[in-house]
Amino acid sequence: MVSLNQLIGVCLVYVAGLFLVAFLAERAAIRGRGDWLLRSPLVYTLSLSIYCTAWTFYGAVGYAARSGMEFVTIYLGPSLVMIGWWWVLRRLVRIGRSQRVTSVADLISARYGKSNVLAIMITIMAVIGVTPYIALQLQSVTLSLSIFASPDPDAGGAALNNAHAAFWVAGGLALFTVLFGTRNLNANERHHGVVIAVAVEAVVKLFALLAVGAFVVWGIAGGLNETLARIDASSIGGWQAQGGRWSALIFLSAAAFLCLPRMFQVLVVENDDERHLQIASWAFPLYLMLMSLFVVPIAVTGLDLMPAGSNPDLYVLSIPLSQGHNGLAMFAFLGGFSSATSMVIVATLALSTMMSNHIVMPVWLKLRGGGAQQSGDVRGVIIRARRLSILLIISLGYLYYRASGGSGALAAIGLISFGGVAQFLPALLGGIFWRGATRMGAIWGLGIGFMLWMFTMLLPSFGPGAALSQGVFDHGLLGLGVLRPQALFGIDGIDPTVHAIWWSLSLNTFAFAVVSFFTFPHPLERLQGAQFVNVFDHSSGPAHGWTVAASGAEDLMIMSQRILGATEARAFFERHARWQGATGGLPRPTPAFVQALERELAGSVGAATANAMIGQIIGGQALSVEDLMAVADESAQIHEYSSQLEAKSRELTETAQELGHANQKLTQLSLQKDSFLSQISHELRTPMTSIRSFSQILRDTDALTGTEKTRFASIIHTETIRLTRLLDDLLDLSVMENGEVSLNSKPVNLRAVIDQAVMTSRAGSSNVITVHRTPEAEEIVLFTDGDRLAQVFINLVTNAIKYCDAAKPELTIAVRRDDDVIVVAFTDNGSGIPADGEGIVFEKFARLCNEDVDGAGLGLAICREILTRLGGEIRYVSHVGGATFEVRLATSAEAETSASLLSV
Amino acid sequence: MPRTSLFLERKSYRMRRIMDAIRFMPFVCAALWMVVPLMWSGGQGAHAATPLSAALWYIFGIWALAVMVSFALWWRIRSGDVDAAVSAADTSA
Repeated sequence: MVSLNQLIGVCLVYVAGLFLVAFLAERAAIRGRGDWLLRSPLVYTLSLSIYCTAWTFYGAVGYAARSGMEFVTIYLGPSLVMIGWWWVLRRLVRIGRSQRVTSVADLISARYGKSNVLAIMITIMAVIGVTPYIALQLQSVTLSLSIFASPDPDAGGAALNNAHAAFWVAGGLALFTVLFGTRNLNANERHHGVVIAVAVEAVVKLFALLAVGAFVVWGIAGGLNETLARIDASSIGGWQAQGGRWSALIFLSAAAFLCLPRMFQVLVVENDDERHLQIASWAFPLYLMLMSLFVVPIAVTGLDLMPAGSNPDLYVLSIPLSQGHNGLAMFAFLGGFSSATSMVIVATLALSTMMSNHIVMPVWLKLRGGGAQQSGDVRGVIIRARRLSILLIISLGYLYYRASGGSGALAAIGLISFGGVAQFLPALLGGIFWRGATRMGAIWGLGIGFMLWMFTMLLPSFGPGAALSQGVFDHGLLGLGVLRPQALFGIDGIDPTVHAIWWSLSLNTFAFAVVSFFTFPHPLERLQGAQFVNVFDHSSGPAHGWTVAASGAEDLMIMSQRILGATEARAFFERHARWQGATGGLPRPTPAFVQALERELAGSVGAATANAMIGQIIGGQALSVEDLMAVADESAQIHEYSSQLEAKSRELTETAQELGHANQKLTQLSLQKDSFLSQISHELRTPMTSIRSFSQILRDTDALTGTEKTRFASIIHTETIRLTRLLDDLLDLSVMENGEVSLNSKPVNLRAVIDQAVMTSRAGSSNVITVHRTPEAEEIVLFTDGDRLAQVFINLVTNAIKYCDAAKPELTIAVRRDDDVIVVAFTDNGSGIPADGEGIVFEKFARLCNEDVDGAGLGLAICREILTRLGGEIRYVSHVGGATFEVRLATSAEAETSASLLSV
Repeated sequence: MPRTSLFLERKSYRMRRIMDAIRFMPFVCAALWMVVPLMWSGGQGAHAATPLSAALWYIFGIWALAVMVSFALWWRIRSGDVDAAVSAADTSA
C-alpha cells in the first residue's frame, strides 16, 4: 500500500516538474527559441486534450460501468467537430485571428456590435456553468487521494482530510495559474508556459489510462478475446442505444466542445497557425479514441473484481491497488491529477480573462469617470483584476465543492456544465453564419436558454428539497402544471437530460431567430456581422472607421502606454509612424492607425472595452455612409464596376463607329476629288478643243465667208465665256474659303432677293418649273449682302430646275421664323438626294447621279461658304417626297430700321 | 505549354475534390455514429440487445477509419493553399 505521504511527495515532485517545464518554456519563448516545439501542431493538439478532464479520466469508467456504451458519446461529439473542422472551426479560428478575440464572450460580444451587455451575460453564464466543473475536478482529486488514504475506499473518516486536500489542491492550482497565466497581459498571445504544461499533462494522462487499460486487458483478463468475452458476459454486456439520449449527448458534447470557455481558449485564442487545425483534425480524434479505448474493459473488470458498492468512478485506481500494483496505481493517480489540474488551469485562465475584460474593466472605467485619459497604470489594474478573478473562480469552485459535499456521480455534474455552456451555441453559430442575427436576438436566446437550463437541469440536480422543493417537482413552478422542471408543458416521460437539453436549446434557438427577424441591428452590429460572416473575404481587417480629426495622437499614446506597457506602446507607435513615412515622433491618427490600435488593445482588454476606451478619447465613432455601403452591399461595387466597364466599352464602340464614318467620308471625298479632277479636265478640255479647232480653221482656211467667220468666232467666244465662268467659280470658292471676300452689306428686302433669284434661274433654262411662294411671309428686311444671298438662292432654284425628276416639277419656297432664326426652305417634289449622298452634298466637287447635267459640283459648296460669311447656314433636310434645302439666317441680320427704310 | 497547364488544372481540380471530401467527412461519420446504432436495438430485453463487444468493434472501427481517412486527406492537402483551392468552391457551396 502506498502511504498518503508518499503519494503527496510524488505529487509535489510532479507539480514541481510542471513548474519547471512551464518556466523553461516561458524563458525559451522570451528568448525566441524553441519555436519548433512551442508552436508545433503536436503541442496544439495535445493542448486540446484539456477536453479530457478528470471527469473523463475517472468518470468515463464509472459512466461505462453504469450505462455501458453511452460514455463514448462525450468523445464522439468532439471527434465529429474536429473531423468537420472545415465547417465551423476553420471559420472560428480565422475570426479569432482577424478580430483578435480573447474569449468566447469577447467573440460573441464583438459580433453583436461590441456589446458589453452580452459580454457580461456570457461571462456570468460561463462562471455559473463552469464552477460545478471546477468543483468536480477538486472532488475527483480528493476522492482519488482518499482511496489511498484508507485501505477501504468506502470507509468513512476521510471527510476532514478531503476538505483540507481540496483546499491545498485549489491553492496550488491558483498559484500556478496566477504565475503562468498572467505573465503577459495580452490574452491574445499564447501562454507558452501553460500550454506546454498542459501538453505534458496530456501525455501523462493518456499513458496513465493506456497503462491501466493494458494491465486490465493483458494482465488481468489475459488477452483481447478473453476481455471481449468478459465484456459480453458482464451486466452491461448487452447494448441498447436509447435513441434520444444517444444523439442528444453526442450533440451536446459537440456543442460544449465549441462553447466551453477553456476549449475556446486552446482551440481559437492560443492557435497561432491555421494549419495546426488541419493536423489536429485527425490527431485529436486519434487522441480521444485512445483515451476511450480501454474504458469499457476497465469498467467491466471493475464490476467483476471489485466488491459491490465500491465507487465505479475510481476503478482506474482501485483495480491496480487491489491487484497490488502500487506503481501503476500511482501513475494512474498522476494521470487523474494531470487531467484535473490542466482543466482547472486553462478554465480559470479563460474565465478570468472574461471576467477582467468584461466585468472588472468596464466597471473600473465607469467608476473612474474620465476613464482612459486619467493617469494611473491600467496595466496593473488589469493584471490585478485577472489575478483576483482567478482566485475568485477557484474559490467559487472550492465553495461549490464544500457546499455540494462532494456528492453526485461525476458524469452527471459534467453533463450539467455542458448543458449550460451549450446555450452559447445558437448565438455563436448564428453570429458567424447568419448576417441577420441581431444583438437583441442573442440576448433573448441566451437569456431564455439559460433560464431554462437553470430550471430544468442545474437546480433539479441538487435533488428535491434543495434548490427546488418537492412541490415544484410534482406540481410545477407556482403550482402551474406546465412548469414542472422535468416535464415542461406537461410532456412527461422524457429522459431528464434530453428533456433539459431539448427544451433549453430549442427555445433558445427559436427566441434567437424570431427576435432577430423582428429587430433591426445598429450600424456597428451590421458591420461586424458582415465581417464575421464574410471573414474569408475580409480577413485583411476591420473596415469600420473612426473619425479621428478631433483626437490627438498624444492622448492615444498615453492611454496605450497604460494598457500595453510603455515599451510595447512606444514600439507600436514607432512602427506605425514608420509605416506612415514619418521619421520619429508620433504617427498621425489616421483611421487605419486607430483601427490597428483598437485591435491591439482588444488583444489585452477585449473588443468591447477597447472600443469603449478609444471611444472615450476620440469622442464617439462614426460609421460613414461609404463604410456601410461597402459592407452592406459588396455586390453593388461589383455591379458598379461592371456597369463602368459596360459604359466604357459602349463609348469605345461609338468612337469606333464615328471613326469608321469619318474614314468612309474621307475615302468618298478622295474618290470624288479624283473624279472631279478628271471631270474638270474634261470640262476644260471640251471648250479648249473647240476653241483650238475653230481658231485653227480661222487661221488656216482662207475661203471663209464673213458669216462663217462670225459664227466660228462666236463659238470661240462662247466657249471662252464658259471657261471663264468655270474658273470664276473656282476662284470665288477659293477666295471665300480663304476668308478674303468682302461683303457689301446693306438693308435688303428678302422678297426682292427671291424674286430676282427665281427670275434669273428661269431665264437661263428651258425646263418649266412651277414655283409656289407666300409673298406676305417674305416681307422681311435684312441687313446683308443681297447679291451674295441672291447667288445662293439662284443656285438652289437652278438645282431644283436641273435635278428635280418629277413629271411636273414644283418648287415651294417657304419662309418662317424659328425663334431668332429666319428659315428660307426650298422644297421640290423630286426624289430627293440618295441617303449616301447626304453627307457630302455640300462638299466641293460633289456631283451626285446625273452625269449628263453640266456643272462642276461647286454650287452648294459656294452656297455654304457664302452663308458662313453672312452668319447663317445651309442644311439639307431629308424627308419623303422631295428634297428640302433650308437657308437659315440669323435675325441679327434683320435690319432694325426696316420699317423706316421701307417707308422711305 | 498546354501540357503544363493541363497538369496544373488537374492538380487544383484534385485539391478541390479533396476539400469536398473533407467537408463530406463529418456527415458520413455522424450518420454512422449517430444513426446506425439507433437501428440496432430492435427488440426488448437483454437478449435483443447488441453484444457490447460488437458495439465496441463498430464504434472504434469507424473511429479508426475516420482518423485514417482524415489523415490521408490531410496528407494530400498539407502543402497546398486550402483557401485558394476552395475560394471558387466557396461561392458555390
